[in-house]
Amino acid sequence: MQMAPMILTLPWGVALIVMPVVGALACYLFRRAAKPLGLMTVTVTALSAAGLALRTTRADSYHHAVGGWGAPLGIELYADGLSVLMLVATAIVACAISFYAARFFDDKEQARFWPLWLLLLTAMNALFLSRDLFNMYVALELTGLAAVALTALTGSQDALSGAIRYLLATMLGSLAYLLGVVFIYHGYGTLDLAMLGQLVESNPVTWLALGLVSAGLALKTALFPLHFWLPPAHASATPPVSAALSALVVKTAFYVLLRFWLEIFPSEGAAPAQLFGLLGCAAVFWGGVQALRARRLKLLIAYSTVMQIGYLFIAFPLGILLAWHGALYLLLSHALAKAAMFLAAGNVLYYGGHDRIADLDHVAQRLPLTVAAFALAGVSIMGLPPSGGFVAKWLLIQASLDTGQWWWTVPILAGSLVAAAYVFKVVGFAFTQAEAPQEAKLVPVSMQWTALVLAVAAIALGLIAPWTLTWLDVGDPFSGAVSR
Amino acid sequence: MNALLPYTLTGVGLFCLGLHALLTHPHLLRKILAVNVMGSGVFLILVALAKRSDSPVPDPVPQALVITGIVVAVAATALALNLLLGLAASSGKAELAEDLDE
Repeated sequence: MQMAPMILTLPWGVALIVMPVVGALACYLFRRAAKPLGLMTVTVTALSAAGLALRTTRADSYHHAVGGWGAPLGIELYADGLSVLMLVATAIVACAISFYAARFFDDKEQARFWPLWLLLLTAMNALFLSRDLFNMYVALELTGLAAVALTALTGSQDALSGAIRYLLATMLGSLAYLLGVVFIYHGYGTLDLAMLGQLVESNPVTWLALGLVSAGLALKTALFPLHFWLPPAHASATPPVSAALSALVVKTAFYVLLRFWLEIFPSEGAAPAQLFGLLGCAAVFWGGVQALRARRLKLLIAYSTVMQIGYLFIAFPLGILLAWHGALYLLLSHALAKAAMFLAAGNVLYYGGHDRIADLDHVAQRLPLTVAAFALAGVSIMGLPPSGGFVAKWLLIQASLDTGQWWWTVPILAGSLVAAAYVFKVVGFAFTQAEAPQEAKLVPVSMQWTALVLAVAAIALGLIAPWTLTWLDVGDPFSGAVSR
Repeated sequence: MNALLPYTLTGVGLFCLGLHALLTHPHLLRKILAVNVMGSGVFLILVALAKRSDSPVPDPVPQALVITGIVVAVAATALALNLLLGLAASSGKAELAEDLDE
């Protein structure tokens, strides 16, 4: 009986930031022991996320004033259902990627990977716990810098080129966001999200800030046509890093945009929301077509990310609670499924030394678990029942019918067909023999299982939907949603 | 009219100038410099914001933000220059590669 209250009162939010940053420094200092230290840190961080989740399901939202200084002077950590779900999804995907990376990299790469990876985890956790526009800026920048450094991990020419393009795009996005925040501070004299929600009024300064913040974050989320940096970066990074970038990092900017939209600009957004929806549709089609055309597996998966991000933006013109639930569900199921796909692609790359789709040589017979993982993840990406992707698309379609905007269902449904086409293209080649037989390297079973577990989790997400959606509403993060 | 306006206009001007250079110049060093010019524009406005009210005591918040912003910008520039050196050493060019789908 005494355990339960103790678990509820521990400062889990602080642990979520302090643990990985200490771990990152330890991995940097003790290079030889980077792998065990890193795995330990990720496990402890995931446990902290679970602790915070337990706390918010039992109690209400989580507050912690760092050093006893509350907002507006000090830094306040805050977690409602939305934050907690992002933190838990990050923890689950991070665990899988960590166990995968522990086998995938050689000793030299391990020492370089872990400090950056744990730093990335710190930055993402800090972002999800922020309630202040400037802290969000700092966390976004840290996320970007760590992600860029991870992209360049191998030091190959493609990776360096992809990393620089990514860095320039993410810096440009951050500066646009920061300029928007500067105008907001000029207009309202505070950076606290909750306070701004009450102060904001409709005037040119607000519109300018809205435009700058939205453009900057759309660039960082890789919304079409600002997605140009994503495919080179995600396709040229090593597979565990690609999985982290596609599954988690692009979602961080979307999360900030969502917070702005729900708390600061709920009444400002009719025309920009329509624009977001249209760009989202364009992203679904463009990403889908490019994925179909791609000849390399990782590039295909990267374009699939461009496409799935498009779906997230279709929720903006709908604007009702159901639509936001759908977008969040898509975000979660995509995080799991896309990580599974990139890890499966990593297995293929590890096995044959290349990821040219047409030259996949009997992979289905030799890596059955990997192909199963790719296909199951594909089921969620397509949105077939009973996967998480299905629930997400169902919610979005229902939201568009409820708001009388039936035309948004067209890209949602058509996108599923395109997704089916590119998933089957890969699976088809996995069963056939390539023209030239190739040398093959044995893939560790644990790497195959990691991808499969993530893919199964993406499917299982569809089965626990009612419970997850209730949990998402803790602390009422969607109070800014349009009411019917 | 207030004292802020000239700073804001200059800052926005620098931002646009940097954006133009970032998009038009292929050389990566120019692109990195362009992002720094954009950053300077934003920081200029932020510093000037310290005098957003008529009180003789400046508002400390924007100045604290500028310091953080500059630290972030320095770190990002260092990373960008490091990547640029690596790319120039391996490809012999300081420009971005185009097609990946080989």
